[in-house]
Amino acid sequence: MAHRWTNDLTPADVTPKEVWLNRRQIVAGLGVGIGAGAIAGPGLAYTPDPSLEPNTFEDITTYNNFYEFGTAKEDPAKNAHLLQTEPWSITVNGMVDNPGEYTVEDLIGGFDIEERIYRFRCVEAWSMVIPWNGVELADVLDRVGVQDGARYVAFETVVQPENMIGVRRRVLDFPYVEGLRLDEARHPLTMMATGIYGEPMPKQNGAPIRLVVPWKYGFKSIKSIVRITLTDEEPPTSWNKANAREYGFYSNVNPNVDHPRWSQATERRIGGGLFQRRQPTLMFNGYDEVASLYEGMDLTEFY
Amino acid sequence: MQRVNALLRPIPTWTVYVAGAAWAVWLFYLGLTGGLGADPVEALEHRYGKIALQLIVLGLAATPLCRFARLNLMKFRRAIGVTAFFFVLAHFLVWALLDVQTLSAVWADIVKRPYVTIGMAGFALLIPLALTSNDWSVRRLGAMAWRKLHWLTYPAAVLGALHYVWLVKGFQIEPLIYLTLILALLATRLPQARKRRRAMA
Ligand code: HEM
Repeated sequence: MAHRWTNDLTPADVTPKEVWLNRRQIVAGLGVGIGAGAIAGPGLAYTPDPSLEPNTFEDITTYNNFYEFGTAKEDPAKNAHLLQTEPWSITVNGMVDNPGEYTVEDLIGGFDIEERIYRFRCVEAWSMVIPWNGVELADVLDRVGVQDGARYVAFETVVQPENMIGVRRRVLDFPYVEGLRLDEARHPLTMMATGIYGEPMPKQNGAPIRLVVPWKYGFKSIKSIVRITLTDEEPPTSWNKANAREYGFYSNVNPNVDHPRWSQATERRIGGGLFQRRQPTLMFNGYDEVASLYEGMDLTEFY
Repeated sequence: MQRVNALLRPIPTWTVYVAGAAWAVWLFYLGLTGGLGADPVEALEHRYGKIALQLIVLGLAATPLCRFARLNLMKFRRAIGVTAFFFVLAHFLVWALLDVQTLSAVWADIVKRPYVTIGMAGFALLIPLALTSNDWSVRRLGAMAWRKLHWLTYPAAVLGALHYVWLVKGFQIEPLIYLTLILALLATRLPQARKRRRAMA
């Protein structure tokens, strides 16, 4: 049942054309020579925006938030080599037909590993474009058998205090936990990723298997998963527990709802250097196909 | 300590300014050339902010270090303070010009976001101090008034540290260490201040 979502994200599609044309005009208007050099080549308006190509493997693997391994962006790349990924066991429990301990192979073996180039928008107002490899979460859920009445999926990250400096420092109330409504989890965009650029998932990015929900802020895409629980109640989520005013359960990318401490209207694309212009943030990070999931909901209340 | 002091004595104070400027320019150069990682804007903003705070702490520590550890940095104190101010200024400029980028958003952040407001207040308090850090101003104001004015360093330092405590996510120890250090340094000065006030009364 994979391939329900086709990967039509060519560089030109990543941002609606008006938006990137606009940004060019802003750049051109300001005459920011050095900044524009990084963004625009010759033949300005007609070539796909080269700044919207996937980020380099190096950017993606050296600029991470993975607080178990420290709070600075470069910490996970330095410290995550300590993560013990073998053996790896994922507990599947709650309202499922086939509860138990799964290996990654048990969970996704036999499914096509797809490549999907997704925008990735961090709640801290920076973004990347990442070519993930993985499977749809919906297929995994079908394999474990979701029972009637289940409405949410909860996830948990591994805790290895002896290997995780951030856990020893109690930066957050670990284990890190996240959750989705079942319809969000079943959306064809939602994936369980096991690789980047065709390489096995680097440890700092959440080896061996992580969630990817491209229309939500990055912290929803929980890393290094060891537990998947089907429940009928909204599960607790780590950042919401840490600061409910700043981080809601839904945390959909939304340029109209600011974080209390900074604006979410724009974002800085990583990889453009010191003079990169900010770009407008798109509703649902540009994935309008999820809008129907939230019909009738006030997204300023359910942020 | 005498030996360290003897080593420091012949060093002219302008070396502090030169070293500070070279450091700032070097970091900027690293940012331009990919030496600060994938997000040089964030890195530069954080590095300048951190160095500013460290220099503020060093400047505040000069007197206690002299009294309690007999390490004499007094000659460099003004240069350290002024260099700290320039790092705050650089920190502010990176934030405004390279990070936020639009004037209206800069203004909105200053009034709407408490941690920015607090940083800005700290910055504002440092401006009169930087402007009066010269012999002429000391003479003009008189030593008493000048010293009183430069007490503003303490609230500025506390605001800078609070700004840092406020902006980090989750529980992080480092900003709390800076805040504690600054409060401890302030505490070492309080008995003295009280004595002075009593002497004046
Ligand atoms: C006394 C003055 C100030 C001091 C000592 C100071 C110090 C710092 C420090 C230590 C950091 C954290 C660096 C790190 O995490 O490594 C920081 C971050 C920051 N500061 Fe300041 N700062 C001051 C004033 C300002 C002003 C005036 C502004 C802007 C109006 C500002 C905006 C910021 C921003 C936006 C961040 C980064 C926040 C983030 O990444 O989440 N600061 N500052």
